[in-house]
Amino acid sequence: MIEVKNIHKSFGNKTVLNNINIHFERGKTNLIIGESGSGKTVLLKTMVGLFLPDKGDILYEGRNFCAMNFEDRKLIRKEIGMLFQGGALFDSHTVEENVMFPLSMFTDMSVSEQRDRANFCLSRVNLENAHKLYPSEISGGMKKRVAIARAIAMNPKYLFCDEPNSGLDPRTSVLIDNLIYEITQEYNMTTIVITHDMNSVMEIGDNISFLYKGEIKWQGHREEVMRTNSPELNNFVYASEFMKKLKQSLTHFGD
Amino acid sequence: MKWFFHIGRYYILMARVFSKPEKWSIYRNRLVTEIDSLGVGSLGIVTIISVFMGAVITIQSAFGFESPWIPLYAVGLASRDSIVLEFSPTIISLILAGKVGSNIASEIGTMRVTEQIDALEIMGINSKAYLILPKIVAAVLINPFLIVISMFLALLGGLIFGSMTGAVTPYEFIYGIQYDFRPYNVSYALIKTLFFAFIITSVSSYHGYYTQGGALEVGKSSTNAVVYSSIVILLFNFILTQLLLS
Repeated sequence: MIEVKNIHKSFGNKTVLNNINIHFERGKTNLIIGESGSGKTVLLKTMVGLFLPDKGDILYEGRNFCAMNFEDRKLIRKEIGMLFQGGALFDSHTVEENVMFPLSMFTDMSVSEQRDRANFCLSRVNLENAHKLYPSEISGGMKKRVAIARAIAMNPKYLFCDEPNSGLDPRTSVLIDNLIYEITQEYNMTTIVITHDMNSVMEIGDNISFLYKGEIKWQGHREEVMRTNSPELNNFVYASEFMKKLKQSLTHFGD
Repeated sequence: MKWFFHIGRYYILMARVFSKPEKWSIYRNRLVTEIDSLGVGSLGIVTIISVFMGAVITIQSAFGFESPWIPLYAVGLASRDSIVLEFSPTIISLILAGKVGSNIASEIGTMRVTEQIDALEIMGINSKAYLILPKIVAAVLINPFLIVISMFLALLGGLIFGSMTGAVTPYEFIYGIQYDFRPYNVSYALIKTLFFAFIITSVSSYHGYYTQGGALEVGKSSTNAVVYSSIVILLFNFILTQLLLS
């Protein structure tokens, strides 16, 4: 469980996050949605300690991450897996070495044990024949899967995903969404996904928080998104003509 | 004021770089890789530049010493002192600032803009130490060898091309490079090399590590790394010469 309490973050005079309060449940896929520039990535990076908040607390199972020094934060960071927008795989390492990397840094496993674990993680994300390839030799979807395999290699308690579907075709997007959802259930992780993809929202969103201009404007379940009265969320969800027509159909069907 | 900001941030970076590594065996492996990349990988360019630099210095010295009052072995003596005191340690270090410095800044800068450094940090790894420390240690260990090789090759170049062009006889040149030889000059050159190796790797790493933006900014960081490494090398060349030779 992760609790975000009264988080404020500014860059110069620009306030990016204003009084953010969210509660992320264990074993659930928690989604943060919002327009580009609404502060989603800043919130995610603040939660994992890449940015320091100006005010507020972030509690990992009651442990205040913001009040910790670098060494204490390391202990929590070892419990975190993160999937970056572009994958953030190490260019100079093969796929297998990328997955083995956290194991080689933080465990006393032998190389063969590390390799076995990496193979298990890669097979879990359905990547069995790419071990010796470099990141530049694989597709965007494969990169995301390798990044997921690397993120789960250390059996993390918390999984953060920054726009896991960006740049992927709809079919691969669904595969990645399903993979994140399944892994969350399987390992009973607290998963936080940042997205503006409505397909993801409807597929895997157990808890959804809508971020608008640096503030949380709405929180709820995926089934509530379509029926919301929040004007900001409606503008976001029904931005396209297709979604507007869909809403009209739903309203008509409801009548 | 901007200068103070950069100098302060550079010192803070260095303080984090020289902190206890997470796992010594990983750093040892990275050190070997960096020695291969920064040292062995630079051997080719050091060889070519040193041979031709030695040849030109010898021919220019012979041209300047065309007088019956100056013995011919003075060509060897002057070439030796120029090569050992200045050309090998300083000019080769400036060349390495261009080759190695731009390579380091673009490598680390690319890792920054593609979020690879963020990935390291989130794993709980001290990215500053992991990425920069092996480079600094590798350069400080390997550059003195490169400079000694450069001195030898430059003198060899002077001997071969000086003889071939008739500027000096092999006997006079070899007698000249042995005449009044002071081992302290080599020590002075190697002390300078250690400082220059540290400057090249740390200043370039600084520019790479704090890259913000995209491909364009990586290019700018790479250019800044070369420019500022070269300026700091020239500044320290003056300071060290004043301290060690005056």
